[in-house]
Amino acid sequence: MSEIKWKATRDGYGDALVEMGAQDERIVVLGADLTDSTRALWFAQKYPDRFFDFGIAEQNMLNAAAGLAMVGKIPWVSTYGVFVAGRAWDQIRTTTCYSNLNVKIGGAHGGISVGPDGATHQALEDVATMRVLPNMTVIVPADYYETKKAVIWACKHVGPVYVRFGREPVPIVTKPEDPFIMGKANLINDGIDVTIMNNGPVLWECMKAVQTLKEKGISARLLNMHTVKPIDREAIAKAARETGAIVTVEEHQVMGGFGSAVAEVVVQTYPVPMRFIGIQDRFGESGTPEELFEEFGLTAKHIVAAVEDVLKAKRG
Amino acid sequence: MVDQAKVEELKKIAHRIRCDIIWALAHAQSGHPGGSLSATDICVALYFYALKHDPRNCQWEGRDRVIFSKGHVSPLIFSLLAESGYIERSELRTFRKFGSRLQGHPNIECPGIEVGTGSLGQGLSIAVGVALGLRMDGKPNRVYCIMGDGENQEGSTWEAIMSAGHYKLDNLCVILDNNGLQIDGWVEDVMGLQPLADKWRAFRWHVIEIDGHDMAQCMEALDQAKQVKGQPTVIIAKTVKGKGVSWMENQAEWHGKAPKPDQCREALKELACPAEYFDF
Repeated sequence: MSEIKWKATRDGYGDALVEMGAQDERIVVLGADLTDSTRALWFAQKYPDRFFDFGIAEQNMLNAAAGLAMVGKIPWVSTYGVFVAGRAWDQIRTTTCYSNLNVKIGGAHGGISVGPDGATHQALEDVATMRVLPNMTVIVPADYYETKKAVIWACKHVGPVYVRFGREPVPIVTKPEDPFIMGKANLINDGIDVTIMNNGPVLWECMKAVQTLKEKGISARLLNMHTVKPIDREAIAKAARETGAIVTVEEHQVMGGFGSAVAEVVVQTYPVPMRFIGIQDRFGESGTPEELFEEFGLTAKHIVAAVEDVLKAKRG
Repeated sequence: MVDQAKVEELKKIAHRIRCDIIWALAHAQSGHPGGSLSATDICVALYFYALKHDPRNCQWEGRDRVIFSKGHVSPLIFSLLAESGYIERSELRTFRKFGSRLQGHPNIECPGIEVGTGSLGQGLSIAVGVALGLRMDGKPNRVYCIMGDGENQEGSTWEAIMSAGHYKLDNLCVILDNNGLQIDGWVEDVMGLQPLADKWRAFRWHVIEIDGHDMAQCMEALDQAKQVKGQPTVIIAKTVKGKGVSWMENQAEWHGKAPKPDQCREALKELACPAEYFDF
């Protein structure tokens, strides 16, 4: 585990845009005064004619992207998740999604790990506000490589896509050659007693939790589910049936996000007890990512406790 | 000087469109007459004089793009599309009804509609993106955005105005239906916008102010807008809400309320619409 490399998922976004920009001239990138921190700058430097700064005006930027999509461009809108999935939500809903336009949204600084900037800049509701929109695909990659693959996939897909990524370096736990199939979970570890379903860069904590559980004699299945919508119903139903208990993990409000999406499937297919790791209906605050993960209950220790708790409720 | 014969032809079309608007509302028994009637003349000049389009091929690459930011004037929009030949005039009977392509606010199910609109303050931003994209590709197509004056109260409208000025989008022309009224009353009483023309100028736009019911002025303004280089153009068309139906004129209450069948007959009579319009 000491060989693990760390890299921010936003870097995967920046690199993928540069790579895809070379392959497809239709790709254009729009920024809102956050060009460097969203890593859109890397594309802007390479393809200045295909980058547009819209200033601190996200609502306009979103619909300008919709307009660009209407004339055959593949626009990537780059700003913080809070500003795009909150402030410009009506534009995304009524223009991009209603007319099913080919707009790609890069939601940066997702989750509490943004850290010192505090609650105003920590997107904790974006997955919920995006996944309720018809025609929208929502992806939260777990690490650098998965982010790259998600962005490359989204460039080739026709239709609105929200990809969420984070500011802080996180362990690279997937490999470049691992498959990325939109809407399909990746099995990280098989197990029979319980399933941990992860969404996003908390994956590393889940992997540590699986190890601890193993030492305690608990066999945990770990599914990494990058796609929140469309959710992998098959993998969820199978996990419910085969392991009888589920813990979801996300760096997002537990209401309305990934955990809710999983629960919607569980109750309709094979109801089993569930526990939800995530932000429990409160705002974030300033601190280091480590301090905040501890405070908001997102560490391996918390995941282990949730597993032990859900196992008590497990049937026979 | 504009062609006088063309002026007369357009006036006849505008008359038919006004009849269609009332007729569609009579069948729907809901919808927005006021703004539809105020924007009729300038929109007729747009569709039947200035616009490059092919109603038999809505996806024609060479077409100019029209975005109705004021999507609530769907009675006008669908009447224009019927008159142009995108849809059959008889389809106006289905307006706002279950299963119809003619939704309360337009969407892409209807031929000739580029994008769904209706949430105010959104259309101009879309038009900015379209204009930017067309210019990137060196295309000569023009982009028209039809707005109400009330939606100048939306903050996002000013974001869009700012960006079009910044990017010098001279392929973009806004038609501003300046009827001075919104749902709650006079725009100046609800949330004053004057001096409106100066505001647009301050955001680097070329401003043309006209009487929006003078067909020759409408045509000349659209001609002039095509010649402006280095900045976008807004045609501020001074209009009368409910124009053509005396008891609707300048009455805010007719923004989003359809006349009852008897009132529709009265309106059609005042407009001197042909007998076939009285079939409800």
